[in-house]
Amino acid sequence: MTETPVLRVADITKTYHLNTSVLARITRKDDKQSSLHALDGVDLQLNKGEILALVGESGSGKSTLAKILVGSATPTSGELDYHGEPMPLHRNKDASRRIQMVFQDPYSSLNPRISIGSMLKELLVLHNIVPKSEVRAESIRLLNLVGLEEDALQAYPSQFSGGQRQRIAIARALAVRPDILIADEPVSALDVSVQATILELFATLQRDLGLSILFVAHNLAVVQHLSQRVAVMYLGRIVEVAETEELFRNPRHPYTRALIDSIPRMSAESVNEEFFLDGEPPSPFNIPAGCRFNPRCPYASDACRTTDPALETVAPQHESACIRASELDTLALTIKPRRTGNTAA
Amino acid sequence: METPLLSVKSLTIGIRRPKGSDTIIVDDLSFDIQQGERFGIVGESGSGKSLTLRAIADLLPKGVKVLSGSILYNGAELVGMPTAQRRKLMGPEIAMIFQEPMTALNPVIRVGDQIAEGPRRYLGLSKKAAMELAIEMMAKTGIPDPARRARAYPHELSGGLRQRIMIAMALSCGPKLLLCDEPTTALDVTVQHQVLKVLEELCDDSGAALAFVTHDLAVVNQTCSDLAVMYAGHIIEAGRVKDVFSDPRHPYTKGLLDSAPDFDQPDRDLVPIPGFPPNLAARTAGCAFAPRCAFAVDACTVAIPPTLEVAPGHKAACIESERIFEGILA
Ligand SMILES: Nc1ncnc2c1ncn2[C@@H]1O[C@H](COP(=O)(O)OP(=O)(O)O)[C@@H](O)[C@H]1O
Ligand SMILES: Nc1ncnc2c1ncn2[C@@H]1O[C@H](COP(=O)(O)OP(=O)(O)O)[C@@H](O)[C@H]1O
Ligand SMILES: [Mg+2]
Ligand SMILES: [Mg+2]
Repeated sequence: MTETPVLRVADITKTYHLNTSVLARITRKDDKQSSLHALDGVDLQLNKGEILALVGESGSGKSTLAKILVGSATPTSGELDYHGEPMPLHRNKDASRRIQMVFQDPYSSLNPRISIGSMLKELLVLHNIVPKSEVRAESIRLLNLVGLEEDALQAYPSQFSGGQRQRIAIARALAVRPDILIADEPVSALDVSVQATILELFATLQRDLGLSILFVAHNLAVVQHLSQRVAVMYLGRIVEVAETEELFRNPRHPYTRALIDSIPRMSAESVNEEFFLDGEPPSPFNIPAGCRFNPRCPYASDACRTTDPALETVAPQHESACIRASELDTLALTIKPRRTGNTAA
Repeated sequence: METPLLSVKSLTIGIRRPKGSDTIIVDDLSFDIQQGERFGIVGESGSGKSLTLRAIADLLPKGVKVLSGSILYNGAELVGMPTAQRRKLMGPEIAMIFQEPMTALNPVIRVGDQIAEGPRRYLGLSKKAAMELAIEMMAKTGIPDPARRARAYPHELSGGLRQRIMIAMALSCGPKLLLCDEPTTALDVTVQHQVLKVLEELCDDSGAALAFVTHDLAVVNQTCSDLAVMYAGHIIEAGRVKDVFSDPRHPYTKGLLDSAPDFDQPDRDLVPIPGFPPNLAARTAGCAFAPRCAFAVDACTVAIPPTLEVAPGHKAACIESERIFEGILA
């Protein structure tokens, strides 16, 4: 597989500077506490026509990466290639048209004062997608594409349910004929019965329009269902990437294992009681030395506390940022005692 | 059979309209929870899960009232019980945990003091003893370094830690019934796993029963032994979790199960439920699910279907249940 990825980022970082009042700068000896490394060297590529899922704890930097990809945030450093060419820092109209975003909350992402028809018309005209005389027909085509009827043109966002609004948000993204869709938790706010229709819609868009889709999610059952590849993010880095089936069958990073073992299961037989992930997610103000996962990792060795592992190929199409990736299967878990009932004593 | 710990009978919750007809939100709900039982309540948003728990806890929002029915706690009627008497039950007998702990925690009081308040008031503990108990409860919920964390304010803690604080607070007076309203919905999957484990262990230890509201079928499967499925304010199916999941008898339950991705069956197609939940202010006659139901017949839109026992301990409110699920209808 040597086809150029539609999107590629290399060593992307994003630092937010907080608390930078003059007083804070004078009184603080180091500025460790005031700069937050939301992304700390992200490497990732999106291949043509695939759905790539991006998973990880809240605060791991998924939305920040999504915003950088669509151009609504600028990286502090790093490269972003679109079809093998560097993406200009300030995107022109055509460059920004090609990568579109769908957000989690279909309630706040649509302007309540603009009818669906006007919203679509404005985009179609601005980007010269179709001649003026065909705007209405094109709007109807878009609505039908996402499973809505023509009568939605006159309606306002408040007249729709959450699932319908998410369809409208998707129609809006598709109006400008992008070839990449970045969807930031697009089904997280929806009920399961509605979620299923939106997942089906994404699969259809991929199949029928050949769209390449980055799908940010935290529900791993959804990810497993929808995506061809999965990237796992931890504290501002990608720590594992693999094809979906491979990742779930043969996880090569302890954090991925913890994620999989935490998935609530629908059938009692498969309930997992084994793994226990210790501690809390650490703060991006203060990224641990060595491997960023080591304070919570049941496999951590001394080397893990000093070596910051790079994302490396561990099997075909499978990368992991763990120096013990190849031994994981043979290592016995050193589970720390879990019951803390008498630690107060 | 012994008296259930909680017995909800024909509970109807709604908004009273002096002129015109009342808006019924939760309609004719009945279920029992035994001592130590873990009872799940599932359904989509708007089905009335939160209001049901809030009615039990006497925390209904302004304007929303119990219109009729009964809530028996250990045989004592809670509906109409004088407020002062009822407040005495909240804490030592019944406690509640919410989805977003920030709404229930006081932002300007240290978390240790908030946990200690209940034991001081209800168990009559001294300030010092109550704080010791608070720290012990925090340790039991797996909060590292509890003595130091007790001095933190809520906003200084992560979502997972705040939810543990809520659990510590709710369990500090040793309630027999813990009402949980989507306690892990806002948490990451690894943290959810930890919090559910803690909750289960502590309820095992203290023998508290759980009324556990969630929209996540997999979470119910892992946490509860029994469940009720709600749709538009009705319980449309109830029974042992394993019976209902393996052999659903209401088309809505089947629809929910078919639309949810199952990690253990990645290749199964997801089947959405067509249509939308009904507008509660404009209820139509008959089964509330009928307009979305592929199996509905004329009789479904005439009267609300009776709740029938379809198997021992397994009830469903569908007049076509047998024909649908015994394979007579395809
Ligand atoms: N505009 C911002 N200013 C400061 N910090 C931010 C901003 N946006 C995000 N962050 C911080 O960056 C980190 C990553 O956030 P985000 O990308 O939203 O993560 P995720 O989407 O994985 O939950 C978090 O610690 C968050 O608090
Ligand atoms: N304070 C309130 N006033 C009026 N209606 C309410 C209020 N709270 C909830 N409702 C209505 O009651 C129904 C059930 O709400 P709720 O119990 O919160 O559902 P769930 O928890 O199942 O999502 C919803 O249709 C909601 O609109
Ligand atoms: Mg996010
Ligand atoms: Mg609710």
